[in-house]
This record gives sequence, structure tokens and C-alpha cells, in this order.
Amino acid sequence: MSCIEQMKYKLYLERTSFREAREYIEKNSEEVYYVDPGYKIFKDYYIIGVPPVAMGVRGREMLFTYVKPCHGTFVMGLDSEEEIARLRENEANKIKKTMKKGSLKEKATEPAPVSFDEMYRK
Amino acid sequence: MSEGKSALLVMGCPEVPVQMSMVIYLAHKLRKAGYDVTVAGTDAAVKLLKAADPESYYVQKTADVDEMIGEIVEKKIDFDICFAFMHSDAGMTYGATFSAISRAKMYALVFGKNAEALGESIDYPTEKIVAKATHNPNPLKNKIDKVIL
Repeated sequence: MSCIEQMKYKLYLERTSFREAREYIEKNSEEVYYVDPGYKIFKDYYIIGVPPVAMGVRGREMLFTYVKPCHGTFVMGLDSEEEIARLRENEANKIKKTMKKGSLKEKATEPAPVSFDEMYRK
Repeated sequence: MSEGKSALLVMGCPEVPVQMSMVIYLAHKLRKAGYDVTVAGTDAAVKLLKAADPESYYVQKTADVDEMIGEIVEKKIDFDICFAFMHSDAGMTYGATFSAISRAKMYALVFGKNAEALGESIDYPTEKIVAKATHNPNPLKNKIDKVIL
């Protein structure tokens, strides 16, 4: 049993499908972040899910999916500024990585067309 | 033969009768083919398995499914092939998780009353083995036998 079950969580959806749980988070959060299955929260819970796994932020509360094999998917809410900060940091790192991969650099090195004629030839 | 290779069998909720019978059958078949087999499941599923195989004749290694996810994510363990048993959306969600975190070749073993619809809903990379089997294991067993190990 994960430590989450010992915490003061709120349940927003119970025994539903993963798709419905994801849609609930997307529609009812102020900020939505997407993580890979296996993303670790609260020390010992590894998120179970079909990618893309949505996680939401609403005020001080983090919304996330919790799956139990015999009971389906739940949408839980837990107040955690620490976990919300980690989510935002994770997203910022993803953006940095994308920028490092260099789509901007590649575009910058490509010479700009000088005329319409040249653009047609491309 | 597949000496030195490892296989993970992931059990879903144990409420559909064919699952336990097929887990034992497939574990035995894999072991005979040379695989080191681990079976992961919920506490209830593992208890059912141990009660059916008290001397660990068919299955030597068992694990809690959530702990297994943690071990794979933390790169403490991984497998060459993984069979995820599923008859519900939750089972399918676990299968998708193993597909995302493990380098193993994935098989989705889909059974139960809604096997066809559930099989169609799977959109992660996996080979699907789908049979509308609940009490009679043979439709699923026949399809498992066609998998080349």
C-alpha cells in the first residue's frame, strides 16, 4: 500500500476509466502537466497510466490519477506545494531539453530566402 | 531455448477464473523454454497463486506489482519479455505503464467478457493476444501456444 492512502486526500472521481480520469484533470485544473508513467510522487508512489498522464494544479492542490487493479482509476487531490513545485520544475526542464535539442539553432543556421523566386524553388 | 533470459508475468485483478490457470500454464511453459520467470500481482493475486502452487513447483519468484514498477523505474531490475494479463481498463493501464517503463518485449493477454473491446482500446506498443475467455481457458491457451518464445 502506498503512503498516499494514509494521507488526507480528496476523491473527485472513483472507479472510473483512465481516459475519463485524465479528461477530468484536464477540464478541472488551472494548470495541467503531462508526465511519463512511473513519475514518482510522495516518496513511494509511481504514477500508473496510459501516456500522456495528466497531472493538475488547482490552487494549493495537486490532482492526479491513482489506479488500483481491482477498483479502476481514481482522481485524487492532495495539498502539496512541494509536489507542485516539482511538477513545474519538471516541465521547465523538459522545455530546456527541447531547446537544447536545437530546433532553434538549426533554423538559425539555415539562410533566409532572399526572394519569392527562391522560395518557390524550395 | 532461451537460456539466461528473463520473463515477467503481470497479473491483473484475480476475479476472472482463467487468469490464474493461464499464469501457471504460461510460467511453466516459459521456464521449460529456459526463461527465469517472475510473477507480479496484487497481494490477493499472489496469495491465490501461492495457494495453488504451495511448493513453488511452477512459480519460484513472485512480487508485488506496485513494488515491481518502482524497481523497474529505479533501474534495479528489468526483463526480456513481459506478459500483462488484463480484463479491465485498470489492467490495461498497468500494461501501458510496464510498456512505458520497461525495455521488455510486451505482450497484452486480453480476456474476459469484454476482451474484444478492451483489446481494441490498447494503443501502446504491444503484441495483443485476445480471447473472449472467462471460465474456459482453452481459447486463451490456444492463442498463447502460438506465441513463438
